[in-house]
Amino acid sequence: MAEEVLTAPLVLEYPFTRTTGPIIGSFLTGLREGVILGVKRSDGSVLCPPLEYDPDTSEELSELVPVQQTGTVITWTWNGAPRPQQPFSRPFAWAMILLDGAGTPMLHAVLVDGPEAMSTGMRVRVEWSSERQGHISDIAGFVPDDGAASTATEVPAEVEEVRSVRTPIRMEYTYTPGRSLSQYLRAMSEKRILGDRCPTTGQVFVPPRGVSPMTGTITDEMVELPDTGYVESFNVTRVPIKMRPDLTPPYVSAWIVLDGASVGFMGLVMNIEPEAVRIGMRVRAVWKPDNELEMSAQNILGWEPTGEDDEVVTDYERIGRVDQGGSQ
Amino acid sequence: MRDIAVVAFTQRQESAIPGESEVEFMVPLMEQAKQQVGLTQQEMGFTCSGSSDFLAGQAFSFVMTIDGTGPVPPISESHVEQDGAWALYEAWVKLQCGDIDTAFVYSYGKSSPGSLRDVLATQLDPYYVAPLWPDWYGLEALAARLMLEQGVVSEQQLAEIASRSREHAATNPHAVRRDRKSAADILLEEYVAEPLRPSDIPESADGGAVIVLAAGDRARELCDRPAWIRGIDHRSDAHTLGVRNLTSATSAVIAAQRAGVGNDKVDIAELHAPFSTSEALLISALGLDDRTVINPSGGALAANTMMASGLIRIGEAASRISAGEADRGVATATSGPCLQQNLVCVLEGE
Repeated sequence: MAEEVLTAPLVLEYPFTRTTGPIIGSFLTGLREGVILGVKRSDGSVLCPPLEYDPDTSEELSELVPVQQTGTVITWTWNGAPRPQQPFSRPFAWAMILLDGAGTPMLHAVLVDGPEAMSTGMRVRVEWSSERQGHISDIAGFVPDDGAASTATEVPAEVEEVRSVRTPIRMEYTYTPGRSLSQYLRAMSEKRILGDRCPTTGQVFVPPRGVSPMTGTITDEMVELPDTGYVESFNVTRVPIKMRPDLTPPYVSAWIVLDGASVGFMGLVMNIEPEAVRIGMRVRAVWKPDNELEMSAQNILGWEPTGEDDEVVTDYERIGRVDQGGSQ
Repeated sequence: MRDIAVVAFTQRQESAIPGESEVEFMVPLMEQAKQQVGLTQQEMGFTCSGSSDFLAGQAFSFVMTIDGTGPVPPISESHVEQDGAWALYEAWVKLQCGDIDTAFVYSYGKSSPGSLRDVLATQLDPYYVAPLWPDWYGLEALAARLMLEQGVVSEQQLAEIASRSREHAATNPHAVRRDRKSAADILLEEYVAEPLRPSDIPESADGGAVIVLAAGDRARELCDRPAWIRGIDHRSDAHTLGVRNLTSATSAVIAAQRAGVGNDKVDIAELHAPFSTSEALLISALGLDDRTVINPSGGALAANTMMASGLIRIGEAASRISAGEADRGVATATSGPCLQQNLVCVLEGE
């Protein structure tokens, strides 16, 4: 069991575009035009950046007012190793900055040479990005106040209002598949398909997850399954999917029940016209060439008809039962 | 109100669990908890879990983990994208409704595949804050400097908190940072995120925890000395950092009052305080003094299993009460940046 843990790079990206609503939209429009807006609260103080509501009282807020582009650092910390998505690529300070005219501080970056150049109470000014699009990053960051702050307070009339903002998220992981899936993936590289058997019901699950999804019991027995089975259900896709340019419609996705397995698993049906695919059709795996095999379920390119007589499927309810073994 | 108690608790925390999937490491914990009370899954009135797919980047990991409970025939269950302490709260509410007598609660986190410090930026305001990707330590450091400069706490006090955590963790086999270190030596550490030092920040862990709740006489049947939940409440501060007072845990103050922390002595407190600064604020928010043993487990500084650390605090306090080491304890759980949201749970033996 002391085999090396399998790892693979995993990147998750969420390319969100968010609608802004009128208040956040006005603030971001202001940034694009080089103006910083806050919103007045009922006590006359200014919330900046502005929200549609007062977070303390939940009162609706609507009166936008400009604030200055200079302010005071009220707290800070040093970021000695910036991450790729952060405001600056060289070390900088994170700070809460109270802009002149605002009643609440905002979080942003302060670019100075080192932590010794930072102090609570220091005066800073906005450094604008050279290209602005209506996004919080239109403020490149803050720098020590050198008297060069813009005094712009008017958003020009007739400019297009920001209504949405792109906020992409990207996260990198080192995926580890766990005990059972590691065995499954290693077997895949040898063109073998592994399932695991529930010690209580005898059912065989593929891919193996290390636990019986029926009883919650740890499965300690791996079962080698043949690469033949039948189509339990299928659909024909006629619309292309952006993320899978390799799939040319129409193609057939199917739920394949391997001989000896108690559950189906997903695959593509190939080497047959979509119109000819049917429930019960016997299929076998089409593997990648031996010199292209990896520790991946993608070693199975798809499933092709064997030409055998169709399976007569009568026992669709076997999944919910715990009183019998495999499907055969 | 019905009397509801913690009657079983299991946990596992390690710096990383790379060789097992979430369901693979949770099933043994689930089985141990059920064995402690002699109940099967089908005898649990309700099941509630807490986890977040963002930690490991594993889509629908919580669905796979439900497989580990033995959910057939279908069980009554629910899930929160929060620390398991909030799953416990949901189960407690369900038990208060009166139609069930037992509940099964679990939560887990596997942060090691990603960078938790950065992943947590995704919980922030998506318009103004998250696009800047401030990291977790950085935000806490901003609050820490405010606390230090306003005299809410001193660096010496923070170092003493961190040192005590390590001292207590040394005897807790589930803790990860278990080497003793004096406050003086901690003060010599270089900053990670000024003014926070390595010992001020949480030791990240993978793992999980399971708790079984039971009501009234059912609890007395299942456990020799149930740890009764005498008060439980949770409150959330504003999402916008700029409007918050980062030098106090306002939501914890209210939750502690509502849970009745101050109604009697507190023998032990298990505070979900990821940072030494968080612990200082929570001690103050709960009104604790030196008559209370703080974080006998070492707390989240010694092992922070994201999504389970709060539930583990409740379990740690409950198991000390059940073992007769304490009569009355308090446990807290936190969520969000800089102690934004806090749950407070008061536990007593009888």
